[in-house]
Amino acid sequence: MLINQFLLLGAALFALGVYGVLTRRNAVMVLLSVELMLAAVNINFVAFDRLIGDELAGGQIFALFIIAVAAAEVGIGLAIILLIFRNRRSANVDELDLLKL
Amino acid sequence: MNVDYHALAPEIILGITVLAVLVVDLLRIPKYWTAVIGLVGLFAAFVPVLTLGFCESLDFCTEPETAQRVLFGGSFVVDTFSLVLKGLFLGATAVALLLSVGYIEEDRYWQGEFYFLMLCSALGAVVLASSRDLVTLFVALELVTGPTFLMAGWRKGDPRSNEAALKYFIIGVLSAAILLFGMSLVYGYTGELTFGGIRAATAALGDSALLTIGVILTLLGFAFKVSAVPFHFWTPDTYQGAPIPVTAYLSVVSKTAGFVGLLTLSYQAFAELRDVWGPLLWILAALSMTVGNLIAVRQDDIVRLLGYSSIAQGGFILVPFGAAVAGNVTGDQLEQAFFATVTYLLIYAVMNMGAFAVVIAGANRLKSTLIADWGGLSSYAPGLAGLLALFFASLAGIPPIAGWFAKLVMFSSVLGVDSGWATALAVIAVLNSVVAFYYYAKVIKSAWFDQVPDTIPAAELRGMGRAVAPSLQFALVLTAVGVLVLGIFPNLIADVGDVAKTVAAGF
Repeated sequence: MLINQFLLLGAALFALGVYGVLTRRNAVMVLLSVELMLAAVNINFVAFDRLIGDELAGGQIFALFIIAVAAAEVGIGLAIILLIFRNRRSANVDELDLLKL
Repeated sequence: MNVDYHALAPEIILGITVLAVLVVDLLRIPKYWTAVIGLVGLFAAFVPVLTLGFCESLDFCTEPETAQRVLFGGSFVVDTFSLVLKGLFLGATAVALLLSVGYIEEDRYWQGEFYFLMLCSALGAVVLASSRDLVTLFVALELVTGPTFLMAGWRKGDPRSNEAALKYFIIGVLSAAILLFGMSLVYGYTGELTFGGIRAATAALGDSALLTIGVILTLLGFAFKVSAVPFHFWTPDTYQGAPIPVTAYLSVVSKTAGFVGLLTLSYQAFAELRDVWGPLLWILAALSMTVGNLIAVRQDDIVRLLGYSSIAQGGFILVPFGAAVAGNVTGDQLEQAFFATVTYLLIYAVMNMGAFAVVIAGANRLKSTLIADWGGLSSYAPGLAGLLALFFASLAGIPPIAGWFAKLVMFSSVLGVDSGWATALAVIAVLNSVVAFYYYAKVIKSAWFDQVPDTIPAAELRGMGRAVAPSLQFALVLTAVGVLVLGIFPNLIADVGDVAKTVAAGF
C-alpha cells in the first residue's frame, strides 16, 4: 500500500500549519493554520488505519472525533476573535501586547 | 451490553447537573441558584466516588473480581488512582465555584453560562481521570480546556481579558494539534489505541525513531497544558488577564488534568519507554523550576507572581518523573515517584486554591493586585493578612503547613534513586526552594511590615471597605483548615496518595 506518500502529505501539511501559526498576523489565519495541522493528523490516522487493517477501525473513528472536536474549537475561537475585533477593530495577534513581563 | 452504572455514577450525576444548570438558568429566579445547583451536583457526584472507594465495607456494593472496574473494552477504568483524582477535581471545582459566585455576580456578566462552562470542564476532568485510551483521553482533555478558553475571556469589555482568552486559545489548540500528531505516530507504530495495548505492543516491537518522535510529541502536547518551561509563555499573560477565579481554576483543575494525562500515559501506555520520557521530563522539570522561580522574583503583580509560582510548582511536581531517568530504577522506586506526584498534586490543589481565594478577597477590597499596594495589609485587615501568610508559607514549604509534606515526599522520591541524574535534579530542586522562599516571603513581609501606601483610600483603613462575600469566606475557611490539618496530620494525605499508586505497579 502507498503509505509513504500519505505520511509525507501529512507531515508537509503539518509543517505548513506550524509555519502559518508562527508567521500569520491575523488571528483567523492562525486558526486556519491550526486546522491544517489537524487535517494532517486526520490523514495520518486514516492512512495508518488502512495500513494496519485495524479491525475496530480505531484510526478512522479517532479522525471522526478530531473533526467534531475541531469544529467545536473553531466555534469557540471565532467567538473570541469576534469579541476582540469588536473591542479593538482589529484581529491582529501582534497588536495584543497589554500583558507583558 | 452490560454497563456498570455504579462505576459511571460520578460522570452521570455531573452530566445531569450540567444540564440542570443550563435549564435553571432559563427560569426567572436569581442567578445564584445556578451556582447552588452546581455545588449540590458536585457534592452528589462525590458520593459515588466514596461508595466506589469503600466498596468492600458496604453491603449494597458488588465488588468486581479485580481491584479495578474495567469498562468499554479497557477505555475507561475506575481504580483507586482515578477515584482519588476524581475526588480532587470535584473538590477543587467546588472551591472554584465558591470563589466565582461573588466575583462574577459583581462583574454583571452572564452567571448561569459561566457555571455551566465550569461544570462542563470539571466533567471533562473527571472523565480524564479514568480514561485509559487515546481517544477518550483526547476528548476528555478537550472538554477540560474548551470551556476554559471562554471562561478566560469572560470579562467581555476588558481588553486584558480578551487578550488572555486569545493567547490561551491559540496555544491550547496548537498544543492539541501537536499532541494529536504524536498520538497518530504512536497509533501508526503500535496499531493500538488503548494504553494496555500500546504497552504490550511496545514491549513486543521494541523501540524505533517513529515511536520515539510520537511519544515526545504526545508528551510535549501535555507540557503545554501543564505550562512546563519552555512551553509556558501563555501562562502568566492568561493568568493575569483572566478573571481571578478562572485563574484559580486553571492553575489547579486544568493543570492537574494535564498532570493526570502525563501520569497515565508515561506510567501505563509508555511504561516500556522510560528512557524516552525520563530524560525529557527531567529537562522540563529542571527548566520549569529554575525559570519559573527566577522570573517570579521580579514580579510586582501578585496574580502574575502566582502565575510564575505555579509554573515553578509544576516543575516540582515533575521532579519525581525525572527521577525515573536512570535505567536501574526498581518498581518500588517508581511507585514511590508516582506516590510523590499524586500527593504533591493533592496538597498543591488545596494551598493554591487558598492563595487565590486570599488574592480575590484582597483585590476586591483594594481594587489592585500590585504587591506594593498591599503594603501594611495587617494594620487594617489582619485576618486577610494572616491567611495570606498562611497560604504563602505553605507554598514556600514551611512546616507545619501542608506544603512541607509535598516537598518532603518529592525529595525523598528523588533521593531514593541511586543515580547522578536524580541527585542533580534534587540539588536543583533545593536551590529553587530557596529562591521560591525569597519571593513568597517578600509578599508576606509587604503585607505585615511595610507602611500603608498613600494611594489606599482612608475609608478602607477605617474598615469601611466592602465585606468579603460569604461564599468566599467559606472557601477561605475550608482551604485554611485544609492546609493546617494536612500539614499537622500528613498521614491523612499520605494514605490517600498511597492507595493511588497501584497504577504504577506492575513494572
